[in-house]
Amino acid sequence: MKIGAPKEIVAGEARVAMTPDSARQLQKLGYECVIETGAGVAAGFDDAAYQTAGVAIVKTAAALWKEADVVVKVRGPEPIEVKRLKKGQTLISFFWPAQNADLLEACKARGANVIAMDMVPRISRAQKMDALSSMANIAGYRAVVEAANNFGRFFTGQVTAAGKVPPAKVLVVGAGVAGLAAIGTSTSLGAITYAFDVRPEVAEQIESMGAEFVFLDFKEQAQDGAATGGYAAPSSPEFREKQLEKFRALAPEMDIVITTALIPGRDAPKLWLKDMVEAMKPGSVVVDLAAEKGGNCDLTVPDQKVVSDNGVTIVGYTDFPSRMATQSSTLYSNNIRHMMTDLTPDKDGQVVHNMEDDVIRGATVTHDGAITFPPPPPKVKAIAAQKPKEKPKELTPVERRAQEIAAFKDQTRKQITLIGIGAAVLLLVGLVAPASFMQHFIVFVLACFVGFQVIWSVAHSLHTPLMAVTNAISSIIILGAMLQVGSGSWVVMLLSAVAIFMAGINIFGGFLVTRRMLAMFQKS
Amino acid sequence: METGFSTAAYVVAAVLFILSLGGLSGQESAKRAVWYGMVGMALAVLATLFGPGAGLWFLSLVLIAGGGVIGWYVANKVQMTEMPQLVAAMHSLVGLAAVFVGYNAYLDLLHVQAMGPEARRALTGFAAIIAHKSPVEQSIMRVEVFLGVFIGAVTFTGSIVAFGKLAGKVGSKARQLPGGHMLNAGAAALSVLLLLFFMGGAGGWALVLMTALAFFIGYHLIMGIGGADMPVVVSMLNSYSGWAAAAIGFSLGNDLLIVTGALVGSSGAILSYIMCRAMNRSFISVILGGFGNTTGPAQAIEGEQVSIEADAVASALKEADSVIIVPGYGMAVAQAQQAVSELTRKLRAQGKTVRFAIHPVAGRLPGHMNVLLAEARVPYDIVLEMDEINEDFPDTDVVIVIGSNDIVNPAAQEDPNSPIAGMPVLEVWRAKQVFVSKRGQGTGYSGIENPLFYKENTRMFYGDAKDSVGKLIGHLD
Repeated sequence: MKIGAPKEIVAGEARVAMTPDSARQLQKLGYECVIETGAGVAAGFDDAAYQTAGVAIVKTAAALWKEADVVVKVRGPEPIEVKRLKKGQTLISFFWPAQNADLLEACKARGANVIAMDMVPRISRAQKMDALSSMANIAGYRAVVEAANNFGRFFTGQVTAAGKVPPAKVLVVGAGVAGLAAIGTSTSLGAITYAFDVRPEVAEQIESMGAEFVFLDFKEQAQDGAATGGYAAPSSPEFREKQLEKFRALAPEMDIVITTALIPGRDAPKLWLKDMVEAMKPGSVVVDLAAEKGGNCDLTVPDQKVVSDNGVTIVGYTDFPSRMATQSSTLYSNNIRHMMTDLTPDKDGQVVHNMEDDVIRGATVTHDGAITFPPPPPKVKAIAAQKPKEKPKELTPVERRAQEIAAFKDQTRKQITLIGIGAAVLLLVGLVAPASFMQHFIVFVLACFVGFQVIWSVAHSLHTPLMAVTNAISSIIILGAMLQVGSGSWVVMLLSAVAIFMAGINIFGGFLVTRRMLAMFQKS
Repeated sequence: METGFSTAAYVVAAVLFILSLGGLSGQESAKRAVWYGMVGMALAVLATLFGPGAGLWFLSLVLIAGGGVIGWYVANKVQMTEMPQLVAAMHSLVGLAAVFVGYNAYLDLLHVQAMGPEARRALTGFAAIIAHKSPVEQSIMRVEVFLGVFIGAVTFTGSIVAFGKLAGKVGSKARQLPGGHMLNAGAAALSVLLLLFFMGGAGGWALVLMTALAFFIGYHLIMGIGGADMPVVVSMLNSYSGWAAAAIGFSLGNDLLIVTGALVGSSGAILSYIMCRAMNRSFISVILGGFGNTTGPAQAIEGEQVSIEADAVASALKEADSVIIVPGYGMAVAQAQQAVSELTRKLRAQGKTVRFAIHPVAGRLPGHMNVLLAEARVPYDIVLEMDEINEDFPDTDVVIVIGSNDIVNPAAQEDPNSPIAGMPVLEVWRAKQVFVSKRGQGTGYSGIENPLFYKENTRMFYGDAKDSVGKLIGHLD
């Protein structure tokens, strides 16, 4: 079968869904690859590079759509592209089916199978095809770079001969993939980075990236990330109030604010209000990664960079990944390639559209002339349900004291019980047994007791030597045999002799082996 | 020599044995401790040889020397990886010796009872002691002999089976004859019955029959225990051999035998207990064989095992600051400890923190891994126990798991239906990256699927542990 990548026709889109590298991998799966001439130029891949990779070049988009059995794209199909769709053709691209019901209907009418890269379920197995994450990662990085570009100072603090430079302070709102990437980039540039998220469980991730988690003192039923597939859910009005209050307090200090807060299927929440922008210092920068969904900032204008009255730059670009087309094309084409790998279980160049597979089923929005969106919930939860954390209660000194006393009493009681039982048993035995037996019996009990006390302190790493040495010592049985060897018939002598011989092996073997083992232990 | 003198020697020997066991609390003092044990044993043997009651001392000396040569040869020749088998094999010797000594005690008893009063007075040695026993004491002695022989016989066959399983000569799977534990219980009940006969004056046939039964119990009991539980079994047999010696000590009226037997017995019992606790299993369930039945379907495992090559592991190691190595039985099988030690040296020379995490039941003997690493000259202060190191995994860059499986299985914590649920495990999956060196995709000794291998931060480094680590060292230069 043939896989084709047309040139993106949306204005300003520089990405391409197939790179020479991914084409090589696709060929290994048994596919032939075709590409529309000039499709990769904006992303830095010219036709010659594709030809070297064994990709056929076709002159026009129409010819490509006609020729290819599978069409891979970045953006969803435009009306003219929908018209080119054939029955049974597979289209893989971003699609946003929830927002594009008409487009979905149109594709269904054409009888094409559409796989939406934005619908890939968020489960571990599907991470390699999660294009949203790979694009968000780029957006997060690029957001910091854009901010730095519009910010008139260093990110890192420096003490130079020409004066001291304070470090920039960066606030990242929303710690999803993009937010975490932004945190990473910003800390590695040397800025002091703060981050906020409504999901308390990401605090650990934020801190692991080197930022400080902005802690909100608010008692609310914590959202379980598992319930929403790892995405944020809308928060209550009280929570929002508290959150805005916190941001208001932070605004004058922050040099750069990067907002990435999105809630699936909704407009972006307004989190950075006009008064906060006004409270910021002139020259500060706000980068709004949510601009496409209306923006987190009141003043954001999608696709534009605006400067507020008090000199704060607000960047509202919506094409961050496309601004790094080479990088994003590489990652996106890899995502596509992984999707094709899953679609080609036999590596024979034939697409097997297995609707039983969680990942393929989840991403498919039209199949065999029917709309298959929304998909049923995946069989596997994206994230294991959080176990409620038990926090050990901080004990007051009084309580701790009480606990210690209780433990002490408990221990005493146990010991006394044991001693009592032991004494009773001994007494009982003493009542029955003759004195000569009792003498030995006392020795026996004491020896058990000593063994019991001594062994607890043996180091764990020495348990093997302990066994070897106790094994050697247990050949003390030799004494019995030695006492018997001379005191009876030849049968006794023979048996004793064998016993002495075996115990002799054991004594020497056991001790020598122990010594050998112990001699090996050495300090560094 | 006087009785008083040999008793004094016995006291000193007993004290030395106690010091010897107590000295094992630290690596340095342990080196001294083993000398205490040797001196104690020499003292006990000499005092007995030249003390009252021993005859044919020359023959004894020759036999000890002969046994000593074999023991010396074996101890020097054995590979450190074969230590578990060796210990098990040596237990069987003690067990059989106990059986023989017990038989002798009985034969002597018969012999003495057959004599007339005059002849009795002329007796020396062990027989003389018996001669002075009252009828009650004699029947107590019969019980003691009986117990000694019973425990000794169980130890004997049990140790042989354990040896076979550890050496790979017998399949490590838990196997039982039809009837299972009922057979053991039946044989034990029959033995008790025989004990009653024997006390009542039945002849040697009861003793012989019981010995056969005990041989069977030892064999069948240990056959029914899976290979993964062998550490507990070996230490349990160790304990038995001690109890057998103590029981024989009672029948011979020898305090040193009693003291030493009790020391060994209780130490083995506690060691078994410590190990069972480390596996979160009850002692009884280990003894009764194999893992308990699961209560429900095991959690399905999501994802796939992703393999990796040596160069990629090496580059991850180069970038890491802290590395923890988790060795298991697979390292022992592949004899990879030298290579692992070499790897450790290389990494430490590059300024990385390298540590070893040892699970209490890693390997086939408790402390098995420590011994192997010590053999390969890994400094013992970077070899840490589970409790010491478990909290450090989240801050660790790279964990290398070499031939261990169940002891790093997250199912123990995550899946309540897993057969090993609740067993404390090394939480390697919390580290940033985990490499698992493993021969193939099979399950571990216990046959349980390991979700660790499917985790996102886990990469499978397939191949023989020794070769794999060797390749790794090549890439580190």
